[in-house]
Amino acid sequence: MGKRVTVTIEGCPVETQTGCSIAACVMQANGPALRQSVSGAPRGPFCGMGVCFECRMTVDGTLHQRTCMVNCRDGMRIQNEPATQAPVTPASKIEADVIVIGAGPGGIAAAVCAAEAGRRVALIDDNPEGGGQIWRRDAGKPPPRLAADWLKRLDRNKVDVFTHTQILGSAGPGTLRADGPAGPRAVHHGRLILACGARERFVPFPGWTLPGVFGAGGLQALVKSGYAVRGQRIVVAGSGPLLLAVAAFLHEHDANVRLVAEQTPRGKLVRFGASLVLRQPAKIAEAIGLRWRVRGVPFRAGCWPLGCEGDGRIVAVTLTDGKNTWTEPCDALACGFGLVPNTELPRHLGCTLDRGSVRVDDLQQTTVPGVYAVGELTGIGGLDKALLEGQIAGWAATDQADRARTMQEARRKTPRFATLLEDTFSLRPELRELARDDTLVCRCEDVPFGVLKQFSDWRDAKLQTRCGTGPCQGRVCGPAVEFLFGWVHESGRLPIFPTALGNLIEAPM
Amino acid sequence: MSVVTCDVAILGAGIVGAACARALANAGMRVTVIDGRGIAGGATAAGMGHITVMDDSEAQFALTSYSQQLWNELSEQLPDDAEYVKTGTLWLAADDDEMAAARAKHAYYEARGVATEVLDAWALAEAEPNLRPGLTGALRVVNESVIYPPCAARWLLEQARQQGATLALGQPVVQIDGALLRIHDGTTFSCGSMVHATGTWAAELFPGLPIRPRKGHLVITDRYPGFARHQLVELGYLKSAHGHTTESVAFNLQPRRTGQMLLGSSRQFDVLHKDVEPRMLNRMVARALAYMPRLAGLSAIRTWTGFRAATPDSLPLIGPAEVDRHYLATGHEGLGITTSLGTAELVACHLTGRSSAIPGLPYLPSRFKKGAPHG
Ligand SMILES: Cc1cc2nc3c(=O)[nH]c(=O)nc-3n(C[C@H](O)[C@H](O)[C@H](O)COP(=O)(O)OP(=O)(O)OC[C@H]3O[C@@H](n4cnc5c(N)ncnc54)[C@H](O)[C@@H]3O)c2cc1C
Ligand SMILES: Cc1cc2nc3c(=O)[nH]c(=O)nc-3n(C[C@H](O)[C@H](O)[C@H](O)COP(=O)(O)OP(=O)(O)OC[C@H]3O[C@@H](n4cnc5c(N)ncnc54)[C@H](O)[C@@H]3O)c2cc1C
Repeated sequence: MGKRVTVTIEGCPVETQTGCSIAACVMQANGPALRQSVSGAPRGPFCGMGVCFECRMTVDGTLHQRTCMVNCRDGMRIQNEPATQAPVTPASKIEADVIVIGAGPGGIAAAVCAAEAGRRVALIDDNPEGGGQIWRRDAGKPPPRLAADWLKRLDRNKVDVFTHTQILGSAGPGTLRADGPAGPRAVHHGRLILACGARERFVPFPGWTLPGVFGAGGLQALVKSGYAVRGQRIVVAGSGPLLLAVAAFLHEHDANVRLVAEQTPRGKLVRFGASLVLRQPAKIAEAIGLRWRVRGVPFRAGCWPLGCEGDGRIVAVTLTDGKNTWTEPCDALACGFGLVPNTELPRHLGCTLDRGSVRVDDLQQTTVPGVYAVGELTGIGGLDKALLEGQIAGWAATDQADRARTMQEARRKTPRFATLLEDTFSLRPELRELARDDTLVCRCEDVPFGVLKQFSDWRDAKLQTRCGTGPCQGRVCGPAVEFLFGWVHESGRLPIFPTALGNLIEAPM
Repeated sequence: MSVVTCDVAILGAGIVGAACARALANAGMRVTVIDGRGIAGGATAAGMGHITVMDDSEAQFALTSYSQQLWNELSEQLPDDAEYVKTGTLWLAADDDEMAAARAKHAYYEARGVATEVLDAWALAEAEPNLRPGLTGALRVVNESVIYPPCAARWLLEQARQQGATLALGQPVVQIDGALLRIHDGTTFSCGSMVHATGTWAAELFPGLPIRPRKGHLVITDRYPGFARHQLVELGYLKSAHGHTTESVAFNLQPRRTGQMLLGSSRQFDVLHKDVEPRMLNRMVARALAYMPRLAGLSAIRTWTGFRAATPDSLPLIGPAEVDRHYLATGHEGLGITTSLGTAELVACHLTGRSSAIPGLPYLPSRFKKGAPHG
């Protein structure tokens, strides 16, 4: 990790390091509960990636800061109490031929390829550092080889990287509006490449709002930003290949991983494995490798959580395999039920979506001319797909269509893997029965399942109950209600992320 | 084909239709409420929910003050989620001219028994410390309040249902033929009378009604309890609201019971799409910051737009349409949340023949000679 710094939490000095997120630092000092919900229940960090807004605190006098997205600096004041408002910083601008939004593998590859063509390229991401989800820096460790290579190319080609900068939406033709610690920004773009990635899908069950229950990728992100899990008893549950990756990661960080519970039945996993052996041997090798890394940790297919217990924080999770039900004492639960693309920005820009993913042509161009989309946005498919599509878009956006077309063969295979993933890890209907009437579905406004189930569509439910109207704007409960009730939640208006009102005023440039 | 009979069909389950349903059901009529969407899916879902008295004309004053009194009487019964809060209103004066307007307003209200109070610069700063220094003063209208309209509308409908009213949601009215009214799925209603509470859509069934949609933008913030305590409106708002210019903005801030700040208001004619327009948002927020600079640091979580049903004389259309059995209850522009209750009483008087608490004449649709049903 980085340099030693001292911050104050509720006035008490706490030693930490640069590179450590505030959320990790506060949990380290005070445990996983760090604020109260609108109805007064204890809450703590959950998604780990700026989606759920559960970790908001007052930082240096500015209210409602997502502490998982901000790293500690010397002298920082961290409080739970409302304080004064944000100071207003003057506007500035970012300008480039090609603007890439999202610095995950897809965005990095796109930015590199566009920059290698000699264009001015800017890469923008809302995290304190680039890397996206899979290449999120594990503080203190060097990045993996592949990531290091791409990052070197990024550097060599003088791509301007703006981290901690979130795109809020359109400010008129050719201009986006953004904010960040540097204040409001006008982003003037020629071509635009969207690489906004994905977030986790969550299924509400009793106790899922308890501090100590995290998203699976969420816990991984928090640990990467400095939260120590050494010796913690952790259950990893939900669905998808991410579970195993997270379990291996936690295991390597000396957590006591008690169990990996995958809701997909064993038979489907075996068939999935078999098709991988034939079509994508590298993927199966990866899976076997992961399994090897967590040898000794029980892995159960066809097993899912029924609920968590605890008063103020989780102490145990109850699981079932459909026949037997048992309770596993634990200090944390890492859960996730697949990924959903972050389509707010493409939707806002008017891009057409097909079944929740952005529609693109063979050059990754969306239905809006000059706007490209890559990676998880165009369908959940993982790292290889993101890199491939990023390169195609980077070339296509710099008028090298022929070069981009050389990748077509490889590109055609990726949708098949995406479909295979979707079929294998489709969620079992029993998961719709987990929520009880008093189980909260909307974590921002504390709206319980029993209230929501009386409605027949999202808009009615939203208007009458405030479900989805809190700071996360349905990012968490939207995919959940879609799974539970089949209601489609579409959002994508300015501002895509909450932002200071002052940032909604046009940058005077 | 199924035929449902009722004494009166109410078209539209916005706050106006909901209030009419309650009033007519209470008057003993068999009521059916029909809406193409759900409850309160139109302007009622978008508006601010400020229950306010306006004095731009005697008729406007009569309807708004009567309605406000009805809301005050109901307030004890309103459910918790209607979020009724008596905030009072501060009309802000930025210079001596506006202060003179505030004093004139004070005299007008006082003469008519509406409790108001003139605040000087100092008293204003004390009442709302987050306003910028240097404002001249304000007029405080004491008994004004704020509600959450969608839940208030739902509750009014629940009240109507307890008196036997029925609801038919999700199917728009597509045809009207004498006493018969057909909705999209083919169901036909045979009704004694029909009340058109279809807001900005009223002209779809009554072409030629003098109603123009007037777009408004809104922004809501995260929770900042105590940041503002009153509904705050600049006196310049009166110009913005009552002028008929194509486009205007005014500072209008509403503290919600949740601690959220709801910020308006813009007015635009001739824009029919509901997209949030960065340019208008910009103008509106800039206007607000000129009054309350500290708003700049509040986290805005959502923006949206809505359409008001505006009439040429800024008064609603309440009463018999030119066609037998048809009544109108629309054209409430930016005051329909407030005036829904008064409107409902007037509609009930028209249908039952009983006399009304305020004269209904100024709102009669016959003042504009147009409009016949079709379909
Ligand atoms: C929580 C999580 C953990 C994962 N862990 C693994 C793992 O361990 N192993 C594995 O193989 N795969 C993992 N994946 C899958 C992995 O995300 C993908 O394979 C790969 O990272 C996709 O790359 P991408 O470029 O499409 O998006 P991402 O890597 O998700 O990058 C998108 C970036 O865009 C940023 N962004 C989005 N919207 C805006 C905006 N409006 N303004 C500014 N920035 C914005 C996001 O914050 C993010 O940094 C994980 C996915 C998630 C969601
Ligand atoms: C930005 C803004 C701010 C406002 N602020 C305030 C305020 O602070 N205070 C205040 O008092 N007022 C305010 N208003 C005004 C107020 O919101 C409206 O006057 C009021 O909601 C109108 O209610 P309504 O029931 O007439 O119309 P709506 O709520 O629009 O209801 C009409 C209903 O008719 C239905 N409908 C339409 N056509 C058909 C059909 N063919 N068949 C069946 N159903 C149909 C629609 O689906 C809709 O539900 C504001 C309005 C806006 C836009």
